[in-house]
Amino acid sequence: MEKAQRARKDWDLSLALSGNVDGNFEKLIRTFQDRLYSFSLRLTNNRADAEEIVQEGFVRAFRALKAYPPQRVEGIDLNPWLYRIVLNVFRTRVRKAQSRLFSFGDSSLTSGKAEEAAAGPNPEEVAEGGEIRKQLEQAVASLPERYRVPLVLRYVENIAYSEIKDILKQPEGTVKSNVHRGVQLLRENFSMMNRRKNHEESAS
Amino acid sequence: MKNLPPDLFGETPSLLRELGKMGREKAPRTLLPGALRTLDLGDFYFGWNSPLGPVFVAYNKKGISAVMLARSGGAFERSFRRRFSRPVYPEVGLLQKGWRDEGQWASPGAKKKIPFDLGSLSPFEQAVLRKTLEIPSGEVRPYGWIAREIGRPKAVRAVGTVLAKNPIPILIPCHRVIRSNGQIGNYALGGKEKKIEILAAEGVDVAGLKEMADSKTRYYGSDATRIFCFPTCRHARRISAPHKVFFSSEREALEAGYRPCKICRPLIAARTMAS
Repeated sequence: MEKAQRARKDWDLSLALSGNVDGNFEKLIRTFQDRLYSFSLRLTNNRADAEEIVQEGFVRAFRALKAYPPQRVEGIDLNPWLYRIVLNVFRTRVRKAQSRLFSFGDSSLTSGKAEEAAAGPNPEEVAEGGEIRKQLEQAVASLPERYRVPLVLRYVENIAYSEIKDILKQPEGTVKSNVHRGVQLLRENFSMMNRRKNHEESAS
Repeated sequence: MKNLPPDLFGETPSLLRELGKMGREKAPRTLLPGALRTLDLGDFYFGWNSPLGPVFVAYNKKGISAVMLARSGGAFERSFRRRFSRPVYPEVGLLQKGWRDEGQWASPGAKKKIPFDLGSLSPFEQAVLRKTLEIPSGEVRPYGWIAREIGRPKAVRAVGTVLAKNPIPILIPCHRVIRSNGQIGNYALGGKEKKIEILAAEGVDVAGLKEMADSKTRYYGSDATRIFCFPTCRHARRISAPHKVFFSSEREALEAGYRPCKICRPLIAARTMAS
């Protein structure tokens, strides 16, 4: 029910955009910024990078909307379209970072500073009960991209498989099995991290 | 630190629930203004040390969209949203820049060239404000003059209403529009006193205007050129005392064989007054 309502609203917005991109683009940002940011955050595991990527994504989306004829804008399914743009921005950045001579892990993008921020939990940031969350974020970040992206779309962003297949341009079966594999790996990673931690603590 | 059971996520549903919570992240507050700024969309504001004291100035890519008095940036953002039904954002680094003088954002003497965003106004409102921009500093015109000049001679009251709601006071000089009888009239940005203050600062002889209003003088004529003007017209001010004649109506001037000045075009306003 809620989903149908959201889809309806997105459609109204693409209709409005087809008439006037400039006047309605702010509404588009307001509507999608939270989802795209949480998605980007799970891709990068770093807040500054996540914000930059979403911002660049909106800029790309704006230029595309300005360039398209109105009928095409009207027909855009905004939700998957925007997720796909953000994913592409992320992938371009990873590729650029890798093409420089430094070696980068799958989960971190730009500078040493970014890696630092991603690795060490900032004591002020860790709220009550935030330990588990922090570890889980680490575990998600350490998944290979091909499992991480569909898993995040399915379980963090709560998007249906039928839509994820459009975002990733993959057959639905492939998406499902990658998500499944991702969950398995995540469980393994997470309990391994936990065991290590508990072991360290009991040793000290 | 709490001891975590090693198989906390042994059951998949609780793992998925935890993942779902990660989806509740809110985008940072800087994201939206940052994107709008890059795309040259949206309104931004800064503080201006105006001739009437500190005011807030909002602008977008089309030009200046508002000038308002407000107690604080937050209060300005709220009034702006209420009035224009869209948000306005502080300029990046606004606090560091502080209140700016005019020279820091507009080239001196180029007021007419400042672009304005009047897009949210009706064609009539736009016409009134554009006409108001033509009144030079140091001069004033009656409401009826604006009405006549834009081809709506009967809309004198409507002109008054539009100017009272002028979204860009000071820069669009609605303070240079006064009552047809020479009285100063009201001013939304701080009342009549402020209107007098800014007119005086521009070189208008406000006391003289009042005197004329009391003696019912509406126009100055020159018996050398046989032309009549609004009293603040730069040509009227050049008339030397021995040649200056006074008229209380346009008819009186015309009957005396005077023609209206082509610069301040008093005839047009005079007709309005008669109607």
